[in-house]
Amino acid sequence: MKSLQDLAAIRDKMKQTVNTREAAHDSVRVVVGMATCGIAAGARPVLNTLTEEVASANLDDVLVTQTGCIGICQYEPVVEVYRPNEEKVTYVKMNPAKAKRVVAEHLINGKPVTEYTIGAVTKETN
Amino acid sequence: MYRSHVMVCGGTGCTSSGSTAIMQAFDKEVKRNDLDSEVRVIHTGCFGLCALGPIVVIYPEGSFYSMVKAEDVPEIVSEHLLKGRPVTRLLYDETVNEDNTVKSLDETSFYKKQMRIALRNCGVINPENIDEYIGFDGYQALGKALTEMTPEQVIETMLDSGLRGRGGAGFPTGLKWKFAAGNKADQKYVCCNADEGDPGAFMDRSILEGDPHVLIEAMAIAAYAIGATQGYVYVRAEYPIAVERLSIAIKQAREYGLLGNNILDTGFSFDLDIKLGAGAFVCGEETALMTSIEGKRGEPRPRPPFPAVKGLFAKPTILNNVETYANVPRIILLGADWFKGIGTEKSKGTKVFALGGKIKNTGLVEVPMGTTLREIVEEIGGGIPEGRPFKAAQTGGPSGGCIPASLIDTPIDYDNLLSIGSMMGSGGLIVMDDTTCMVDIAKFFLEFTVEESCGKCTPCRVGNKRLLELLDKITNGTATMEDLDKIEELAAFIKENSLCGLGQTAPNPVLSTLHYFKDEYVDHIKNKHCTAGVCKALLTYKIDPEKCIGCTLCARVCPVSCISGTVKQPHVIDESQCIKCGACMEKCKFGAISKG
Repeated sequence: MKSLQDLAAIRDKMKQTVNTREAAHDSVRVVVGMATCGIAAGARPVLNTLTEEVASANLDDVLVTQTGCIGICQYEPVVEVYRPNEEKVTYVKMNPAKAKRVVAEHLINGKPVTEYTIGAVTKETN
Repeated sequence: MYRSHVMVCGGTGCTSSGSTAIMQAFDKEVKRNDLDSEVRVIHTGCFGLCALGPIVVIYPEGSFYSMVKAEDVPEIVSEHLLKGRPVTRLLYDETVNEDNTVKSLDETSFYKKQMRIALRNCGVINPENIDEYIGFDGYQALGKALTEMTPEQVIETMLDSGLRGRGGAGFPTGLKWKFAAGNKADQKYVCCNADEGDPGAFMDRSILEGDPHVLIEAMAIAAYAIGATQGYVYVRAEYPIAVERLSIAIKQAREYGLLGNNILDTGFSFDLDIKLGAGAFVCGEETALMTSIEGKRGEPRPRPPFPAVKGLFAKPTILNNVETYANVPRIILLGADWFKGIGTEKSKGTKVFALGGKIKNTGLVEVPMGTTLREIVEEIGGGIPEGRPFKAAQTGGPSGGCIPASLIDTPIDYDNLLSIGSMMGSGGLIVMDDTTCMVDIAKFFLEFTVEESCGKCTPCRVGNKRLLELLDKITNGTATMEDLDKIEELAAFIKENSLCGLGQTAPNPVLSTLHYFKDEYVDHIKNKHCTAGVCKALLTYKIDPEKCIGCTLCARVCPVSCISGTVKQPHVIDESQCIKCGACMEKCKFGAISKG
């Protein structure tokens, strides 16, 4: 038999899952490039890490989604973060570890991880 | 954690157009692409836009795929789920912007004006998973009622909310509960009327299929309020998916201790059983329904005594309809003030309508009370196909009436509908254009009630039969003007003297069409003419010799070979032999055949 506390626990656990279906809120969008180039470069583990980290941090207003080729295939996996009223931040050459840091620093604390952004990385390569 | 959820509609409409095969194809393709740990495929209830089924919605994007076929699934999986590129050609066209970007479903004209309270979980959760229901605040209202409210407070909240019965008559739900609570007895019952029988109405089925736990939760709350320990859901056996999902839900609720003894450790006990109805329309009438649960022949009995005093097994009983119950947990959770803020002065909340007939977006819509018929038909419903003119809308099924085009701006609520000679009924809304004959429509509904009359009382059994014969005379051109007076006299008698709601309301479709479309009745009688071209006995088909080029096609398709003529010469229809099937007119490529 379940108690009220059990119910609340089930609800909180399920909230993480079902939040995916509460579309169309005025939220932060995290978009992962999942074209052939992105997948080949390892975008899927990045996407899955982002999904998991966002859920476990209970970030209700963050929508993790995917898109096609952004056109900068040499920098894949690419992750773009759109926060309301802020300029888009483009992260390149991502991996699961970097994704975790982006969730912790950018999505939770609001501070972009500058060293992973396209600006920093292209400077480096040049 | 799943990054994407694929919701495949498992309502009856989409199931009958192949959604089970689509579901299987998704399972297979997701596995084949090694996505089964990332993508979850879920069978849900009805999304409402049945005209576009089978429907698949993919989250987090909320992409709305319509008229999906199993063959489309590999493309959706490899393009959308793997590469993040929605398959635009399959998206509901209203959700695709001109620049090929996708907009939210809530911005489409079908959903924009809707407000989903009763249908809130339909198409959103997996109805066979109690955890998903709990994830959307399920059973929180029951918890709140049992631990923070007294039964009196629950009833007070229901009274204050202004919720009225969604099954037809619109009786205040809280009042019903209050009466039953006030009657002392060793045993009381809570019943649910899921014997949805109005032609065209299917909102109760959709709730049972898409969100069965909401009914269980609401009935438990009702039982707590009135002091009952046992409930019955009377559902028609013709709803196999609904029955199956409800059975699963009851089993899960028992496993979680949300049904049974000592629920949530509060000392409150309640259990629920399903009773299958055999499909008699009269069993939707409350006293007949309870007689049927008792195992007897489903016939109504006179009231009083009302069920709140002497109902099921002669014990105090409340009986509410599925849609009514579906509002209850939200009202308890969010409060009466929240609910009161929606709707009109005397009709609070929302109402679900089953849109059917001559309308583009057939399906289920839930709108705040007070929404006008024009908004429902033209905006949400997408208007009438082929640009034909709106003639009337029929609400309330066999007990209701017609709303003519002149009243299309009427805000729809219980009282407005009654004042214009119709009724809310269960919420069937059938749209008619200029090809619908109003005498024929009245006849259609009366045929239904004559067929479904249980025969217990004479006014209904005999009276409606005679009424139907009078209508028959009109449609076959043998009626006189005196017959119209007879119709009115007989209808008034039936309404006044029938035993139950079925008979008391059966003449309504006749009376309301006679009121608003008397010209059409007179035209049938005096001129032997049916403007809509429906009543066969009054039709004649003619070939215009000017237009006919003698292609012989009509003569070849005529099933009774009554068209004669030689090649390249105008043909002629022998009217004495013509069965008015219209096949010739349909086939003629030169518009030479007309009916009138």
